[in-house]
Amino acid sequence: MHDKSAHAARHRVPPTGFIRKYIFSTDHKVIGEQYYGLALAAVFIGMVLSWIMRIHLAWPAAAIPGMQLLFKNGAPGGVLTPEYYLQLMTMHGTIMVFFVLTTAPLAGFGNYFLPIQVGAEDMPFPRLNMLSFWVTFGAFLVAIAAFFVPQGPPLSGWTAYAPLSALGEVAGPGQGTGQVLWAVSIAIFCVGQLLGTLNFISATLDMRCQGMGLMRLPLTVWAWFITACISLTAFAVLMPACILLVLDHVAGTSFFVPSNLVVNDQLQPHAGGSTLLWQHLFWFFGHPEVYIAIVPAMGIVSHVLITNMRRPLLSHKAIIYSMVAIAFLSYMVYGHHMFVSGMNPYSSIAFSLPTLAITIPSTIMVLIWIGSLYGSKLRINTASLFALGFISMFVSGGITGFFLAQPSLDIMLHATYFVVGHFHLVMAVAALFGIFAGTYFWFPKVTGRMMNETLGKVHFWFTFVGAYCIFMPFHYLGMAGNVRRYQAFVDDFMAPLMPVHKFITIAALITGAAQLIFLYNLIHSRFWGELAPQNPWEGTSLEWSIPSPPPFDNFAGKLPVVYHDPYQYDIEGATNDYVMQDSPASINSVRGEK
Amino acid sequence: MTTTVHERQQPDSARYPAQADFGGHGNVTSESGSWRAVEDRSPASRTGIWVGLAAITMTFAAFTSAMVVRQGSSTDWRHFALPSVLYLNTAILLTSSVTLELARQRVRWLARGLQPRCAIPLLWLYVTLGLGWLFVVGQYAAWLKLRSEGLYLATSPSSSFFYLFTAIHAIHVLGGLAGLMVVVWRFSRPVPTLRLSTVSTVSYYWHFMDLLWVYLLFLLWTRI
Repeated sequence: MHDKSAHAARHRVPPTGFIRKYIFSTDHKVIGEQYYGLALAAVFIGMVLSWIMRIHLAWPAAAIPGMQLLFKNGAPGGVLTPEYYLQLMTMHGTIMVFFVLTTAPLAGFGNYFLPIQVGAEDMPFPRLNMLSFWVTFGAFLVAIAAFFVPQGPPLSGWTAYAPLSALGEVAGPGQGTGQVLWAVSIAIFCVGQLLGTLNFISATLDMRCQGMGLMRLPLTVWAWFITACISLTAFAVLMPACILLVLDHVAGTSFFVPSNLVVNDQLQPHAGGSTLLWQHLFWFFGHPEVYIAIVPAMGIVSHVLITNMRRPLLSHKAIIYSMVAIAFLSYMVYGHHMFVSGMNPYSSIAFSLPTLAITIPSTIMVLIWIGSLYGSKLRINTASLFALGFISMFVSGGITGFFLAQPSLDIMLHATYFVVGHFHLVMAVAALFGIFAGTYFWFPKVTGRMMNETLGKVHFWFTFVGAYCIFMPFHYLGMAGNVRRYQAFVDDFMAPLMPVHKFITIAALITGAAQLIFLYNLIHSRFWGELAPQNPWEGTSLEWSIPSPPPFDNFAGKLPVVYHDPYQYDIEGATNDYVMQDSPASINSVRGEK
Repeated sequence: MTTTVHERQQPDSARYPAQADFGGHGNVTSESGSWRAVEDRSPASRTGIWVGLAAITMTFAAFTSAMVVRQGSSTDWRHFALPSVLYLNTAILLTSSVTLELARQRVRWLARGLQPRCAIPLLWLYVTLGLGWLFVVGQYAAWLKLRSEGLYLATSPSSSFFYLFTAIHAIHVLGGLAGLMVVVWRFSRPVPTLRLSTVSTVSYYWHFMDLLWVYLLFLLWTRI
């Protein structure tokens, strides 16, 4: 029942003018690229911060040239003070977790490809989508502003535990204005993400083209949809937490600060608050957050591997159900970050059991990937290499999670480098590999040009070997008792570990430098890369049925009709070994799929 | 795995009904001054508003749990009587929901061509708007009353949470008022450009603010 004239009258007109096309654009593709660009800028800032941290850890007395320009008090003569190390560490974590890992895999790739893969012209609420990017960008600016206030950024870690984070300036440099800016930035970021989830969920449920049933969606769409559902509930809890923290700073309330606290010989004016409350609120968000970071990468890796293996996974449904199970369980495990916080020990059992349980769907997914790879003739290109690297990193990092899940072991390992190694491998590096795989895979579609394969493979090997050189030793350090969030290791049991730290620092600097190969490849290929065919990887999903780069309304006014499941590879009798989703040819498959 | 490729097949549209249209397509058209509308199911905006309401629910759930924990973590909770204007505000908000439903019903009648005059839905919309603003003013009056008793944001944890809950709710109500004003504006244009989906979305949001307030009132009444 449609009024054709009204429908035609509302047909979307491409924007004109530089500002409407590239700056304040409601086109989901431009918004996706903007998020990716934001993540790219953020990852380089975060990486530089990590270099400074690593240099200081290996050579604490060394003067790092230029640091005194950024913050006179924090780095006199270029030598970092202990507090400034913690301040840089806090911003490293904050920028990486929020502005890289939450932004690129979901908002970056998802915004660009979800509407195309479901067969829609755009997201259902394009103006809200544009707003979500600019709100996120605003949050980024507020976070960066923390570097430039007189006392610098906060030093309480990206986890901002109370009471340190709630006391104000008396607690240390950066804990006044810096901490407030941090909390405000994160609260704004939450709003941006919530606006994004509106679009993702509505697009997946309501904007699918004709023939695109839920089980015909590519795994990337499932991953983005599930991540958006997690994101919805998780960020909606972080925002109140940040609001309460800001109120403790500026309004004199005592949500998180207990009574009778003496800091620097001054009795603090707050009373009655609960420090554990912050941890509960934060980790209720914080654990689902790590799945927000990794689930899109799981979807991208599945998609990339299937296309390059030329056959579907052993079980499409098991991947979907596993991602749903991970999302569901992610809310029940958050207390495993709090085993040594002083909570009732029996609650440790209540959190440890689901934590061990959540390894089951993760393992199912890994076994499906590896099992599907067995016997396949995987096409080796940079995207598939990074996908394989993702599996490697996810397994390496995930296995140490089994140990940390047990309170008895966590007592020894909590707040050591073991934890730092665990989350860097399983979340940071694995998700980053997923982002790289997605970049190399979809770059031809977005730009119409291919990335340089040789440079890509060099980038992969440097990053793969380098990441292991950096993060594997962390586990050894942790087991040897190396405490985390320390700026120097002078105690008897940690001083002998300095050679390991020096090795890690050198590996970090080399691996970081290798990322410049990626940056060069990205920029050079964008302008001078070899022109790409419409479907260079011979993929079946809808993004490969449209030109590269896609037209303004994705399908040039003619929405696709989908006839097939997403991964119809290894089809005899077809012109190629695959059948695209919108191909009208019918298939009789022995497996009973259509 | 053996498969064969056959002739062109028809999409099984019975199984997969078309949901192709870009959500919220215009359905109020005007030709020579009169206006005519078609039913607009617009599922995308309905899903969207439920998603948004889920987020708001989680936010208030987090604040609720913060309040419960804070109350139990120390002995400095000072109970005080809720300002009586809150009950009047509740009645105002509930009435505004009723008037909004009346307005929405009349917009639907008009869309089906059952009632030729535009004025009546507009009146009910203005009444709803007025009641909504009255609610916000009433909340401010409640704050003034507390101030006169010496209860400020940081005076005690109970007053902190009172101000927090009422302020955050009021901010969301202001958002709802903005939505209502968009509805009124679109309806009042010489050629109305109001979509039924917009009215539905704003109504769902407004009724949710209502329910949320009833819940908050109960929460504050039992705990403050």
